[in-house]
Amino acid sequence: MSPLVTFLVIGIGSALGGLARYGCGLLAAALWGALFPWGTILINLIGSFVIGGFATLTGPDGRVYVSPLGRQFVMVGLCGGYTTFSAFSLETLELLQHGRPLAAAANIALSLLFGLLAVWLGHVIAQRANL
Amino acid sequence: MTAPLWVGLGSALGGMARYAFSGFVARRIGEIFPWGTLLVNISGAFVIGLAAAAVAPGGALPGDLTVRQLVMIGLCGGYTTFSSFSLQTLALARGGDWPRALGNIVASVGLCLIAVWAGFALGALIPEG
Repeated sequence: MSPLVTFLVIGIGSALGGLARYGCGLLAAALWGALFPWGTILINLIGSFVIGGFATLTGPDGRVYVSPLGRQFVMVGLCGGYTTFSAFSLETLELLQHGRPLAAAANIALSLLFGLLAVWLGHVIAQRANL
Repeated sequence: MTAPLWVGLGSALGGMARYAFSGFVARRIGEIFPWGTLLVNISGAFVIGLAAAAVAPGGALPGDLTVRQLVMIGLCGGYTTFSSFSLQTLALARGGDWPRALGNIVASVGLCLIAVWAGFALGALIPEG
């Protein structure tokens, strides 16, 4: 596959992922307010779950065949563009700047806990589906 | 309603930059440890800090929506990734390499927080107008 096509496919996936992140962020802020970054936590949880499940389901031992380009579209494009480490970092800094070190620590702990638990859960569920 | 346009465009460019840069780093340093994703997230955290200081009250571009949508939500959001960080940490843990898995977590969170703080501090030095 030409490198240009790969770039284009990843760009389209990232654009769609980024737009979904923007929409989910607006929805989360409308539902739960902006006092605590629940939106980013949830976005990173969902994206981690999807990449964990998809990687195992379409991997070498997976039951679903997806072309290398298709895998890059979903994993590098969609999931990569949807999830974010920069918003997580900035929102933690903002909590610290507003004199809320406990909320900042909670944001770090919950983001890591949910993100890592979600990628593992996605992997385990896909592993069972592969059997 | 230009917001989706800026967010989509920024995310596309950010995602392609992430693919190019993390691939370059992986080819240079190897893939035993996810240096590519780590360096992507650190540099993206620095830039979002810089931009956040610029659009803050008293910053260089206070309240600028295009910077927020194109640079912060689009470029930085599309460039950095939590899903690759999670997947690569899981891969290290599944391979039994707990020191590297833990190192990736500590380095990602610690260095990205330092980077966003440094970016914000630098951005706050740029005068208004």
